Amino acid sequence: MQYPDLKRIAYDLIIEEIPEGSRVLDLGCGDGSLLVELQKAKNIEGYGVEISSEGVSSCVEKGLYVYQGDVDDGLSGYRANSYDYVILNQTLQYTKRPRYVLAETLRICRSAIISFPNFANKKNRIHLLFRGTMPGNRLLPYDWHSSPNMHHLSIKDFRNYCRENGYPVKKEAHFKVVGDTGSRIVGFAPNFCAEFGFFILDGEGFVS
Amino acid sequence: MKDTRQSTVGSVGLVKTHYFTFAEPPGHLALVSGKRLSPVTLAYETYGKLNSDATNAVLILHALSGTAHAAGYHSTNDRYAGWWDHYIGPGKAFDTDKYFIICSNVIGGCNGSTGPSSINPETGKEYALDFPVVTIRDMVNAQWRLIGHLGISKLLAVSGGSMGGMQALQWAISFPEMVQSVIAIATASSLSAQGIAFNEVGRQAIFRDPNFNNGDYYSGNSPVSGLSLARMIAHITYLSDKIMHEKFGRRLQNKDLFSFKFDTEFMVENYLHAMGLKFVSRFDANSYLYITKAIDYFDLKSEHEGRLTSAFEGVLSDFLVIGFTTDWLYPSAQSREIVNALRVAGKNVVYTEIETDKGHDAFLLPDDRMERDIANFLKREFEKTGR
Repeated sequence: MQYPDLKRIAYDLIIEEIPEGSRVLDLGCGDGSLLVELQKAKNIEGYGVEISSEGVSSCVEKGLYVYQGDVDDGLSGYRANSYDYVILNQTLQYTKRPRYVLAETLRICRSAIISFPNFANKKNRIHLLFRGTMPGNRLLPYDWHSSPNMHHLSIKDFRNYCRENGYPVKKEAHFKVVGDTGSRIVGFAPNFCAEFGFFILDGEGFVS
Repeated sequence: MKDTRQSTVGSVGLVKTHYFTFAEPPGHLALVSGKRLSPVTLAYETYGKLNSDATNAVLILHALSGTAHAAGYHSTNDRYAGWWDHYIGPGKAFDTDKYFIICSNVIGGCNGSTGPSSINPETGKEYALDFPVVTIRDMVNAQWRLIGHLGISKLLAVSGGSMGGMQALQWAISFPEMVQSVIAIATASSLSAQGIAFNEVGRQAIFRDPNFNNGDYYSGNSPVSGLSLARMIAHITYLSDKIMHEKFGRRLQNKDLFSFKFDTEFMVENYLHAMGLKFVSRFDANSYLYITKAIDYFDLKSEHEGRLTSAFEGVLSDFLVIGFTTDWLYPSAQSREIVNALRVAGKNVVYTEIETDKGHDAFLLPDDRMERDIANFLKREFEKTGR
C-alpha cells in the first residue's frame, strides 16, 4: 500500500492556533519540521520528543533541542503548566500508555493540541461493513500485521474520554484532507465525515 | 566502515604536548578535601587555530586512562593516533578547520600533569600516597586556570566521554558563564554502586600486589600484576556481552583442542592479558587509585540537596547528551536522568541514544551518527555566537 505522506498534516491548523513567542513541546516531533515552521511563523521556543534516530538527527541538524525516547519518558519531571502548548499531532495512536500521556500532557501544559486519525470515518465504516477486512487508506496506511498503531480511537471516543476525565475541551476543529496536506474543517457529523480529529484542551483550567 | 570523505577529512598531523605550570609557591590550588597543591602542572595539546575574538575554543576532556594526546601523532613512527582521532581533525566532528581544540589532562594523572608520581617539593621524593585525594571538581578548577592562561574567556563547547563527561558537566556547573555548550557522552551524574564495586576490586588488586609497598614503589619494582589485573577487570566493563561474543566467542587462541592445563587458552583470556600488559607500560598504579576515587566521589545530586535539577539550575549552557544502548558501566538510563533534570530545569538539551553492540567503549570508536550529531550540534552552537 502506498499513501501520500501525511507528516505535515494539520500544520496549518496548529500554526494558526499558537500565539507568538509560545513555549511549545511537540511530542512525536518527527524530523522537527513543525517546530521549524512554528519558529519561522510564530517565533516560538520549541522542544521535541522523538523515538526515531533519523528524526532526532534531522532535528539536531535543524538546530532543535530534542529528546530521543518514548513520548511518555520524562514528562513526570516537568512542573505544572511549564509549556504554553503541548502538541500530540498524529502521535496519540502510537503511544503505549495514552491515559498516562494525556494526564501528564494536561498537567504540564496550558493548552494541548491533539490530532489523530478518526477511526469512525465513513470510509472505514463502509470498508468494514462491505469488505469485512481491516481498512487500509490514508487514515490507516498499514496492513493489520505491520501497523504501529497501538490504540485506535474515534472523535466520539476522545470526546467521551475528555468528559469522563474532566478534561476541558476549548475547541474542536475536525477536518478532512484536501490536496496533499491542506485541511478543510468538517462541521457536519464530524465523527462520520471528518478524517482527523482535532482538539484543543485547556490544561490550565484542568486541576487533577 | 570506509570513510567516503577522504578528500575533506584528515589528520591534524604531528602534534606536541604542552605543559602549563601554575600555583607556584607561595600560591596554591585549594582542593575540595581542604588540602592544597603547589605547584601544579597540566599537560595539554591544541589543534586548529583560535580565532581573533576567541569564540571557537572547544575543550576536550578524557576518561580514566586518557591523556592530553587526543588527536594526531607525536612522531612519524607512531603506530597509533591520539585517543579521539576519529572525531578531531580537519572535516571531522570537532573540525580543526573551524574550531580551536584543546585537550587537557587531569591532576592526579601520570601523563605530564601533577599526580602521585610527581616530585613532592617538600620531600624531594615522589608524592606516592602523600598526594592529596583529588575530585572531579578539583580537576576542573585546574583546567580553568589553563583556559585563562590560553586567553579564552568563553568556551564554545566542553566535551568528553565517561569521566570526561563528568568533567564537562562539572565545568557547566562550576563556571556557567564560560561554557556555551556541553557535549556529554556515555556519562553519569554519579557512578553506580556497580561501577564503584568494579573500581574497588581494581584498587584492591593494586593494594594486594606484593610490590605495592604502600604506594612507595617508585625506586623499586612497580605493582604491575595488580595494575594489569585492575585493567583486565575494567576492560570487561567497557565491553558488552554481545561484542565479546562477536569478537572472541568461545574460540581458542591458536589451537582447536583443550590442553587440560591452566594456560591462557581462550581468545578472550588472551585479549584481557594483552590489555593488562599494554596498560602497565603507560600508567602509574597510584594514579589509577586516585583517579578511580575521583570518579567514585563524583555526585552532582548529593552536592545539591539530593536533587539533580538543583545542580543544573544555575547552568547557562546548551547540552548534547549521548548514551549508548549496550553501555552497562554508564547505562543510558543515567544519561536520560541527566537529560530529564536539564529538561525540568528548563535548559536546552538534545538527547540522542545510539544503538550499538560496543558497550561503554562505543564513545571512543567511529560512529557515523555520533559524528553527524556532534558536528551539527557544534555548528548550530557556533552560529549562536553570532558568526
